[in-house]
Amino acid sequence: MKSALKGLSAKWLALYAVAYMVFLYAPVILLPMFAFNDATIISFPLTGFTTQWFDVLWQTESLHGAVRNSLVVGLSSAVLSTILGACAARAAARYRFPAKRGIMSFIMLPLVLPEIIVAVALLVLLMQLGMPLSLATVVLGHVLICTPFSIVILNSAFQGLDQSLEEASYDLGESRWGTFRRVVLPLVMPGVVSSLLITFTISLDEFIIAFFLTGTEVTLPVYIWSQLRFPGKLPSVMALGTILLALSVLLLILAEWFRRRAARKQGIEASATGGFA
Amino acid sequence: MASLSTKPIIDLAGVTKTFGSFQALKGINATIHESEFFSLLGPSGCGKTTLLRMIAGFETPTDGTIVIAGEDMAGVPANRRPTNMVFQSYAIFPHLCVAENVGYGLKTRKTPKAEIAREVEQALQMVDLGGLGSRAAHELSGGQRQRVALARALVMKPKVVLLDEPLSALDKQLRDQMQVELRQLQQRLGITFILVTHDQEEALTMSDRIAVMFDGRIAQLASPEELYRRPVDRRVASFIGVMNFLDARATGRMNGHLALDIPALGSIELSSAQVPEGLDLRNLETIGIRPEMLTILFEGSEQTEHVARGEVTGTAYYGDMTYYSVRLPGHAEDVTISMRNTAGRSIVPPGSEVPVGWGADSIVLFQ
Repeated sequence: MKSALKGLSAKWLALYAVAYMVFLYAPVILLPMFAFNDATIISFPLTGFTTQWFDVLWQTESLHGAVRNSLVVGLSSAVLSTILGACAARAAARYRFPAKRGIMSFIMLPLVLPEIIVAVALLVLLMQLGMPLSLATVVLGHVLICTPFSIVILNSAFQGLDQSLEEASYDLGESRWGTFRRVVLPLVMPGVVSSLLITFTISLDEFIIAFFLTGTEVTLPVYIWSQLRFPGKLPSVMALGTILLALSVLLLILAEWFRRRAARKQGIEASATGGFA
Repeated sequence: MASLSTKPIIDLAGVTKTFGSFQALKGINATIHESEFFSLLGPSGCGKTTLLRMIAGFETPTDGTIVIAGEDMAGVPANRRPTNMVFQSYAIFPHLCVAENVGYGLKTRKTPKAEIAREVEQALQMVDLGGLGSRAAHELSGGQRQRVALARALVMKPKVVLLDEPLSALDKQLRDQMQVELRQLQQRLGITFILVTHDQEEALTMSDRIAVMFDGRIAQLASPEELYRRPVDRRVASFIGVMNFLDARATGRMNGHLALDIPALGSIELSSAQVPEGLDLRNLETIGIRPEMLTILFEGSEQTEHVARGEVTGTAYYGDMTYYSVRLPGHAEDVTISMRNTAGRSIVPPGSEVPVGWGADSIVLFQ
């Protein structure tokens, strides 16, 4: 009786899991489906295979500008937030200071703060300061939300770093800078790469802050949103979305691969360092 | 053993270290000689590691001076000191191979590549790892990591090698083997080794001299033999080996002899050579005697100076030795007696009355 119940609940659980996955990913799968569909109207049944929507992308000048902007914003945000994240992670791992826990959770706050609140607050602040909106202000906003992610990733890299390795290096006559270059950097490098990839991905996909803080130059998500008003452009937006989707997944996989490699290099179980992606 | 020079290589004068309100070291004075195997022995928290890290340059003394090879080390950072350390965790650089690990320090000195390669191989051979230079760090066993850490320090040709509990991570058998090897290597190279350990057996077997530390102070600094035979106080006595403590009272002093009344053993006279200088006889309450200095007398055993009677309350068999717990009249705690197991001698069962032999010269008096 009991085992029968157990079998039943196992079946339901499996069903629930499948339903859950469909709910999560079905909309995402629709994207590439219609991107390759030979029709301007987004509806079933599919009519045929085409790559013409991708060709349209190549010929849209304004799109290229948006891609360039997004790349600039993404790279700048990734580099800045990774540097800030590395400093914070290093401090958390190595030094003891008063209210460390409080300060660390305070830095992590943007992770859970509603983005719209952050965006509005930043907009008000920038207005008060009289700063003109531009890609630079978008970068500032993105650094704010990317840094906590960077800290989470780099924390595991820095925590896993045995302090006696640095001492051994000094002891063998190496300078502080030399120790950083020859011991610390190589050991946290996979974490740094992973942080760069993830923060870049976050910045690339981010819409709300970019929408509020950008001036005349738009980033890719903002551009896509503006194109949604024209039904005829919908399929090419789908194509663009497909490319972005593939790129994001690729970057996240790369980032996780680097993070695991870092853990393995230091001889730590990858799962023990708190997997991120 | 080669005659040891008494030329000082390290001079510690009034070395004090305070962490917040905690005084880790309370004025350490010691001189460590050239080519000496010197151990800092003590329970955890006694300050021995802090002292070693100050010699290495990882901590700065709150007060006092550290002189290495005639040079005051105040303000000299770790990377410019003539010392190299073998860390407790070995601190093998995980991203470098064995040869790169060992050659790490030579590279900072801008030594030519060919010379680095030659010296690295030499150092590896010294620690029996010849030809393993291309191994990755994670492919090494615990014992091999220890050897790499040692080679990495030795290749720098330091004046002093500092070892922070280097054997504590190894299993018993490997530890015993490494103790012998480490000692032989040190004697062959003639470099000063300073070992930090909490294992008294390790300190006794390897060292020329040992500083026993408690609560941030050196309780006694002496050779292993001196430490074992003449521990200055009860704490040192019970930390090094096993010691039986018996109540005693000084009853008088006449023509070069000290009269002692030991309720558990009887009244005896000690020659004053056995009495430590500065001992206040009025404060004398306890004497010590090592388990092997007490013998259970069997039929035909050699006669001893004194004989007491006791009752066996328990035995522990160790193969080559048997440890007896014996109750002596007038003494609350059982004493421990160790007996070598010789052929044809059976173990005395608990409950037996036995004669316990001992000699006055094995009595230890504490300051």
